Amino acid sequence: MSILVYVENTDGKFKKSAFEVVSYAKAIADHIHTDLTAISIGQVAADELAKLGNYGATKVLDVNNEQLSTFVNQAYASIIAEAAQHAGASLVVLSNSFSGKGLAPRIATKLRAGLADGALTVPTIEGEKLSVKKTAFSNKAFATLELTSSNKVIALAPNAYEVKEIGGQATVEAFTATIAPTDLSTIVKEIVRATDKVSLPEAEIVVSAGRGLKGPENWGMIEELADVLGAATACSKPVSDAGWRPHAEHVGQTGIVVSPNLYIAVGISGAIQHLAGVSSSKTIVVINKDPEAPFFKVADYGIVGDAFDIVPKLTQALKAYKGL
Amino acid sequence: MKILVCISNVPDTTSKITFTNDNTAFNTAGVQFIINPYDEIALSKAVELAEGGKGTVTVINVGDASTDATIRKALAIGADNAVRVNAIPRDAWFVAQQIANYAKENAFDLILTGRESIDYNGAQVGAILAELLEIPSVSIAKKVDVATDSVTIEREIEGGKEVLTAKLPIVIGTAEGVAEPKIPNMRGIMGARSKPLEVLEPTAVDTLSQIVKYETPAPRGTVTLVDPAEVDKLVSLLHDEAKVI
Repeated sequence: MSILVYVENTDGKFKKSAFEVVSYAKAIADHIHTDLTAISIGQVAADELAKLGNYGATKVLDVNNEQLSTFVNQAYASIIAEAAQHAGASLVVLSNSFSGKGLAPRIATKLRAGLADGALTVPTIEGEKLSVKKTAFSNKAFATLELTSSNKVIALAPNAYEVKEIGGQATVEAFTATIAPTDLSTIVKEIVRATDKVSLPEAEIVVSAGRGLKGPENWGMIEELADVLGAATACSKPVSDAGWRPHAEHVGQTGIVVSPNLYIAVGISGAIQHLAGVSSSKTIVVINKDPEAPFFKVADYGIVGDAFDIVPKLTQALKAYKGL
Repeated sequence: MKILVCISNVPDTTSKITFTNDNTAFNTAGVQFIINPYDEIALSKAVELAEGGKGTVTVINVGDASTDATIRKALAIGADNAVRVNAIPRDAWFVAQQIANYAKENAFDLILTGRESIDYNGAQVGAILAELLEIPSVSIAKKVDVATDSVTIEREIEGGKEVLTAKLPIVIGTAEGVAEPKIPNMRGIMGARSKPLEVLEPTAVDTLSQIVKYETPAPRGTVTLVDPAEVDKLVSLLHDEAKVI
């Protein structure tokens, strides 16, 4: 069994998730003593493609096509499925990113493969059987999923596997796939990126706030704290429902599920739905004036006190620590 | 416009999640089931689009008779008719195949699903369905504008958004922001009882994956409280002990 890993780029630069999936797929390849082929779609320069060798890919299939410089779900799925057959790969690995979530089921269908979405661990493989852990019930539980099909697809949860540099080399090979016109039926009109902000699902540190902040006008101190930490900002559901912050910032069971290294919750009581979205964070800090807030029960560190007093002090202390 | 909305029957968001049979099955005892919240957004959008005689809304669910209450709720919200494929949903592959069979025989202009179900969090059914029907799909839409034969969609990407267009038919997975959830009124609830609910038998589908075990997250240790007057201490703990900054 050989492995194919699909790596995502943004404007020709690989995303952090690209190196995560290559490192992860390399760990699987080592287990089953096979080679790792990567596939990149879009316009990525040779020196960028060569970087994948450093994480464990021995060969990179480069689909350099201007038409595909933005994400086209159906065309990408066709190409990756064709490349899997070309490379003799029975396992395809990709990121469970926003695009990956749309792509993985299509690739799996084309290959008649079982799909493990949002995988959290390196799988165990016994013969044709592959088992891997994933979240279920919106982070309230984990499930061990067993894939029994001969072809398999794994979509790795963002931030679930640490990038590992191994100092290897990869050869780059141009790959031309057949694309049916019907595969190009979605047309990207516009991409808007908040360049000054850290992307929430990929963020290593998240600063989140809730109704305890009393109103949208008080978010300045949250943004300032996030700035000092290089963190993404987030909020609880009541806050986005009230229109204080955009829905894209809503973290929880029905919003975005995050798993950063550090999650700082300010003025959020910790309803079960919110906790579901953050419980896989490595370290949780809770700042709340109510010592009975349920969030303290799942926190690693806590400060009982007024957010309006503590957050600015914390920002100052962090500035001093970072020498700013 | 003919719209199909795929709905899933899931535990209420406040449910405590536990397992039975040596952690191999979800314990449904005492659990209240609801329409998957994202599917409710899809349904609300569909009803909004069909209002004023502009279209019809069919809801489809793969489940046993216990999901009828959830289906009636969808009819009360405003769907015109419902279909239930009489089977315990095994995995996304199974569910998507059943829905595809129905959709192939009833040409829909628009198929909406929620972005994912809040129980198994697969986000797979919509895209598998689209692949089986050989039509486009967008998995996580934040905004959907439907014209006569095309659609403009805003979808979430890491750190921003992407605006794209496509011709109908298409499968769209809806997220928050697509529509305000509609609350059924008394007339809707009364009317739902007499709306058609067709029950179909499933077709055989091969098994590609299965969940073999569940576990609940290990409890975290007790919280270390820092005095509000010593915020510096928290910075040291995050650096020295947690090693996250």
